[in-house]
Amino acid sequence: MLDSPAMTRVDESVVAHVARLARIELRDDERRLFARQLAEVVAYAESLQALDLDGVVAFGGGGAAPAFRDDEARPGLPKGRALASAPDAADDLFRVPRVLP
Amino acid sequence: MSGLHELGAAEVARRVRGRDVRAEDVTRACLERIASGDAQLGAFLLVMGERALDRARRVDAAVARGDDPGPLCGVPVALKDVLAVEGVATTCGSRLLEGYAPPFTATAVRRLEDAGAVLLGKTNMDEFAMGSSTENSAYQPTRNPWDLTRVPGGSSGGSAAAVAACMAPLALGSDTGGSIRQPAALCGVVGVKPTYGRVSRYGLVAFASSLDQIGPLCRSVEDAALALSAICGPDPADSTSSAEPLPDLTAALEAPARGRRIGVPWSFLEQGVEAGTLAAFREALRVLESEGATLVDVSLPSLPHAIAAYYLVATAEASSNLARFDGVRYGKRADPGRDLARMYGETRERGFGPEVKRRILLGTFALASGYYDAYYLRAQKVRRLIRDDFDRAFAACDVVATPTSPTPAFRLGEKSDDPLQMYLADIFTVPANLAGLPGISVPCGLSAGLPVGLQLVGRAFDEETLLGVARCFEQATDHHAARPPF
Repeated sequence: MLDSPAMTRVDESVVAHVARLARIELRDDERRLFARQLAEVVAYAESLQALDLDGVVAFGGGGAAPAFRDDEARPGLPKGRALASAPDAADDLFRVPRVLP
Repeated sequence: MSGLHELGAAEVARRVRGRDVRAEDVTRACLERIASGDAQLGAFLLVMGERALDRARRVDAAVARGDDPGPLCGVPVALKDVLAVEGVATTCGSRLLEGYAPPFTATAVRRLEDAGAVLLGKTNMDEFAMGSSTENSAYQPTRNPWDLTRVPGGSSGGSAAAVAACMAPLALGSDTGGSIRQPAALCGVVGVKPTYGRVSRYGLVAFASSLDQIGPLCRSVEDAALALSAICGPDPADSTSSAEPLPDLTAALEAPARGRRIGVPWSFLEQGVEAGTLAAFREALRVLESEGATLVDVSLPSLPHAIAAYYLVATAEASSNLARFDGVRYGKRADPGRDLARMYGETRERGFGPEVKRRILLGTFALASGYYDAYYLRAQKVRRLIRDDFDRAFAACDVVATPTSPTPAFRLGEKSDDPLQMYLADIFTVPANLAGLPGISVPCGLSAGLPVGLQLVGRAFDEETLLGVARCFEQATDHHAARPPF
């Protein structure tokens, strides 16, 4: 697992871990490169750890309060159009490799 | 008389409506300009020639019948390739979406067409809007029409270059951390990021949902007002779109600068601004002062933390938004073998370029178990401090002025090996996104022959004052009329 934030060090094992979480099969050279580059960016971002943010309310963009529409059925995207860009579709369904062996 | 491709959007609409020129001829002039120049510039990923001419002819027919096709009557528009148009290839500058044609049209695009605009084509961009130079496009680099060895800025670099080179009078871009304003500055055109919520994000491929806004790039503040009037407004398809009424922006253009208070965060500018850029900025302030505005020194003490907060929030949201690109519903699938996890991993490994992978990894890290509070949540709290800084500043001033970018356009390849240096160049633009505020970049002169942008940031939903001040500056100078040698 990852270290505690106070001692975060991004190395190749951390990059391998988050790449697994993100479902990206990195090549070895990418893992080395990203470890170095992400370590720099995370070290830069560590400056936020020194701020006193107690009692500060997070700000999420300031858009309108979420608007809800009436719960009424209405037409969605027709199946044919939804499937038109699929890499693999059959019988009105998206087809994927089997999940269970 | 200048060529039809050189007319501004408002001028095109006036003249097409007045039957002085035909929309078809204006569209054809833009298409010819693209055909003759874009092999060098690389601004477009797709030119919709026949569709555009057909649409222009229908606008002309409506005018001939005595109908008014709308405020953007016959205006050719280029679209950043992050905006969906039904049945038209939309790549986001990514190999992963090669061949994808969305089954719907973005609300902002539909509103432009409803206002009489003519869609010309899709413009190049950093892959999934991640970048400040358009070098992260999987397809091609775009060059700056002021100097073909330099970048146009990004991520809406194709839109900015196309407008600067008079291939289109108007383009749409998207701005998550400066992606409209910075390329506008580097290419010498006007670019607006509206208040968060002003423009529906429906049909905009999501990068960071709490930061993204669609906005116009064009060659005058008047054209920006015209475009914003068409695309702003609530949309049932985007729950964050605001019902806040949009004032008459065209009327706002007539307001004088006299009595306006321009806030300048001088201590923040000490972070490092290139000498020619700083000189152009100081001269812009002098012009505003001579137009009757008052300069006020304002303090925005949390801004030095903006880049760190931005790259945590934006990448965290991106890592979640881009999870949908898994080779199942759209895009290119790699390794259709027997293993689902391997199919996901290979599709994303082959489909995404290095900057997108870097940001997904950083965002996944910021959201990982045990890290959410330390990174994502802290960054969201820093956004509150930044918004509070601006709110305090706006008690003493009406808009905050800075350079849009600390430097003019840099050379292709100059920063592409150093992500952190590239990120730090966004220092003046990311605060408006973090705080949800509107911002505009207008041309304010040249530094060693390269355009410099003046950025103004306004109060939330006060595009009226923002455009009014920008228009006063524009009328007092001729920087917006400068054209690249291209």
